Amino acid sequence: MLKIFTLLADWLIYDVIGCMPTSHLGQALHFFVEDTSKILVLLFLISFLMGIVNAYFPIEKVRHFLVTRKLYGLEYFIASLFGAITPFCSCSSIPLFIGFVNGGIPLGITFAFLITSPLVNEVAVAMFLGYFGVRITVVYVVSGLLLGMVGGFILGKLKLENQLSDWVKEIQKGSTAANTNYVEEKVSFLHRLPDITRESWSIVSGVLLYVLIGISLGAVMHGYVPEHFFATYLSADKWYAVPLAVILAVPMYANAAGIVPVIEVFVAKGVPIGTALAFMMAVVGLSLPEATLLRKVMKWKMMGAFFGLVTLFIIISGFLFNLLLTW
Amino acid sequence: MDIKVLGTGCSKCQALKATVEEAVKALGIEATVTKEEDMIVILGYNVMRTPALVIDGKVVAQGKQLSLKDVKKLLA
Repeated sequence: MLKIFTLLADWLIYDVIGCMPTSHLGQALHFFVEDTSKILVLLFLISFLMGIVNAYFPIEKVRHFLVTRKLYGLEYFIASLFGAITPFCSCSSIPLFIGFVNGGIPLGITFAFLITSPLVNEVAVAMFLGYFGVRITVVYVVSGLLLGMVGGFILGKLKLENQLSDWVKEIQKGSTAANTNYVEEKVSFLHRLPDITRESWSIVSGVLLYVLIGISLGAVMHGYVPEHFFATYLSADKWYAVPLAVILAVPMYANAAGIVPVIEVFVAKGVPIGTALAFMMAVVGLSLPEATLLRKVMKWKMMGAFFGLVTLFIIISGFLFNLLLTW
Repeated sequence: MDIKVLGTGCSKCQALKATVEEAVKALGIEATVTKEEDMIVILGYNVMRTPALVIDGKVVAQGKQLSLKDVKKLLA
């Protein structure tokens, strides 16, 4: 199916512009057109699908569902799943966190949402599909969900409720379950369609620049980084490779669009796929800007537990991927 | 009419405020448009997704980047 983008680039670069397939310029342009068109179309399609799900299950409805039903453990899965589907915006993470906690949703389930939300999102999925194919994308998404579920479950068991910031506890006192009532809007699918399309389009245009930068950066690195360059430091037989990659990545903050092409170069130049995936998870899942936002709603002990546990789990996942996956 | 745009300052929130101001001007209505950035106040509206639009104290939209047409409809 993705072949169509190769054909598009063939036609545009070799037939229309008239570059020789053997020339350096021709190859570079071809690569650029193929990858950019592929990623943008994938991104639009995925955003569109997620947009449809979000139109029918807005976060207020999910919260209402989680508050009112007894789900016997399934709630961790649902919270994590909706963390993945809801478009992630770091500026929304605080209102979401508070909205969940105040609605009476246990802290562990809120964490399940909070962990998966930045890890699995439309941009990451589109980039992974385009660069690594279906198998690695599925592995990434499933790991992101599991990480949220297991991480949320353990954080929930730690009884950190008293570690919420004082002002959050203050709001909590005043809130009642009635706050989470959700009134369904009855709108037909055809009427929702323009909204969903526009929203998907705004996601694509919002990350367009990062996609272009990421693809260009990846292309340049491919040309200049020598073969096996990283293999010396980050190969699988060095036990410290995964923890090192993860700990380096935590303070880094990059959009999934910018980081996936770079990771693809790492893998092509000899970094094991598990180490690369763990690096990616740490870059998008944990970051200093997110930490400064979360610091407003939680005390240091909770922050430490959250960041520490997620970091640890990402490192463990990295080791597991290296054992189980071959690329 | 008292219009508030709730949001902590991400690009979407800025865009919504601009759209609202444009709509107010186009419709020629008397309205004050303010941007509310204080998280505690925003949460007081029981809003989980920003940007949100509040007209005369009532939340009419949240988590959406409304088009000019949508905003005009909400203001009319």
